[in-house]
Amino acid sequence: MIETTGLRKSFHMGKGRKSTTVEAVRGVDLAVAEGEIFGFLGPNGAGKTTTLRMLATLLKPDGGKATIAGVDLQEDPGEVRRKVGYVAQGGGTWDEVSAEEELVLQARMHGFSKAEAKRRATAALEAFDLTEYAGRRCKTYSGGQRRRVDIALGVIHAPQVLFLDEPTAGLDPQSRAHMWEEVRRLRENGMTVFITTHYLEEADVLCDRIAIIDHGEIVAEGTPDALKREISGDVLAVTLNGDTPQAVEVLGALPLVNKLEVLEEVGLRLYVDSGATAIPQILRVLEASGVEMDAIELHRPSLDDVFLTKTGRSLREK
Amino acid sequence: MKAVKLARDTWLIFQRHFLLVGRSPLYVVFGLATPVGYVFLFAPLLKLALKAKGVTTYTQAFRIYIPGLLTVMAILGGAYAGFGLLRELRTGIIERARVTPVSRLALMLGRALREVVWMLAQAAVITLLAIPLGLSVPIGNLLLAYLILAILTLFAVTLSYAVTLTVRNEAALPPMINTVSQPVMLLAGVLLPLTLAPLWLVSIARWNPFYWATNGMRDLFNSDIGASAVWISVVIVVVLATLTVTWSVRVFSRLVR
Repeated sequence: MIETTGLRKSFHMGKGRKSTTVEAVRGVDLAVAEGEIFGFLGPNGAGKTTTLRMLATLLKPDGGKATIAGVDLQEDPGEVRRKVGYVAQGGGTWDEVSAEEELVLQARMHGFSKAEAKRRATAALEAFDLTEYAGRRCKTYSGGQRRRVDIALGVIHAPQVLFLDEPTAGLDPQSRAHMWEEVRRLRENGMTVFITTHYLEEADVLCDRIAIIDHGEIVAEGTPDALKREISGDVLAVTLNGDTPQAVEVLGALPLVNKLEVLEEVGLRLYVDSGATAIPQILRVLEASGVEMDAIELHRPSLDDVFLTKTGRSLREK
Repeated sequence: MKAVKLARDTWLIFQRHFLLVGRSPLYVVFGLATPVGYVFLFAPLLKLALKAKGVTTYTQAFRIYIPGLLTVMAILGGAYAGFGLLRELRTGIIERARVTPVSRLALMLGRALREVVWMLAQAAVITLLAIPLGLSVPIGNLLLAYLILAILTLFAVTLSYAVTLTVRNEAALPPMINTVSQPVMLLAGVLLPLTLAPLWLVSIARWNPFYWATNGMRDLFNSDIGASAVWISVVIVVVLATLTVTWSVRVFSRLVR
């Protein structure tokens, strides 16, 4: 449904001699199947929103190719607009207008007649559980209601593909769960949903497949489970109380530690084949070298670990 | 076919923006309060100030003053139009429209026409208020003056759009607008006609399109439809509005794919 090869975009910052070029997206290859919920993960500034905006026809790619719902993005962005819906992170509604009026206008902008626009607006209000507030001005809506209006606006023309930029950012857990339900429901109706997110739980629970982008390039792609399986073995999270450099030195020298990451000042993540056998050794080594430890925790690799190994950064830090 | 779609989409955007005027009573109240205040407060002053020029009645005073006031409103109303556009670009309202097949040009024209129509509505209110106070204008002349005002507003609005979209800095705009609009208004002779001014000031003012528009409207209010300032002002505003509409459309479509 979405296919890209070598999609590129760079921005020129500043003017004159001080100008620099930032390569925001440097060759993205993606393939999203029909009816899939595809998650696009990455740290801030990694290029996820730029990629999304290119696919949604808002930015002209510098190079590469993209086909969306069978239409070439570069050749016919106008036709792509008929087939996709886009919901920006901040939404985009007038405060002084009601959800119903917004939906009618949106449908009219898609070219529908007045009567058809009205019919679609009514159906959308029903579908997104907004009928009760249909006539109230948008400024009176809660965060969750606003978000539902935004999505209803994005799908008023029944697009084949829906792009959602951080759909649950800033929502409380209940509204977030509600939003996931909406996204799943859209998929059940045959829509392909492409979302960017920086919530790993969202990627894990909601998305069929995910891609991780870092420095403008895709560094991992697959189902959440497959990506987690790629990191074989267990993860040990160690919280130190003292000499971190020394702990890194002695633990890094242990043959059973496959990989070691330093988190903040006192946290270490050790990737080992078997946590159960590694813990006693680690305790011994740390004691012998005189480094005190506050806690050690064993867990199966999470998406955060995938993220950490692929990008060298943790998403949770933010 | 393309023209039909453009007209339909422009109408759509225009309607929405006109609805927004009605939805903000404060906008309406303050939009009218200042000019209405000026009508009541400044006209008596003007009658006395222009005594030397032979102004003895309120009718004469209003015929000089109302056209000047309309020019001020066009300059200021137009200058700040870019603000609204910038805000809508920031809040994602325009972005949402961009992922629909709606005409890009209509997104801008619909907004600009709202400003023009709203300006005409304000002008009508002011004229109606001044009539019982002594203003009298032949209806044909008045309508022609409104046409000049409409095109003048379109010029000011689209100039504001083009400059705002080029600068794209909300903080820099108010001082910029102040710096430009003060001398422009003064040199248009909006409050006091420049017939009172020394010659060198008049020769500078001759380069100011708003000066011509003000004079053209004044001649129309004075029932002097044959005066040269009338046709000169029509030509000037039409040419300038054509240029700024073209310029703003270019800037806008470069920004908004």
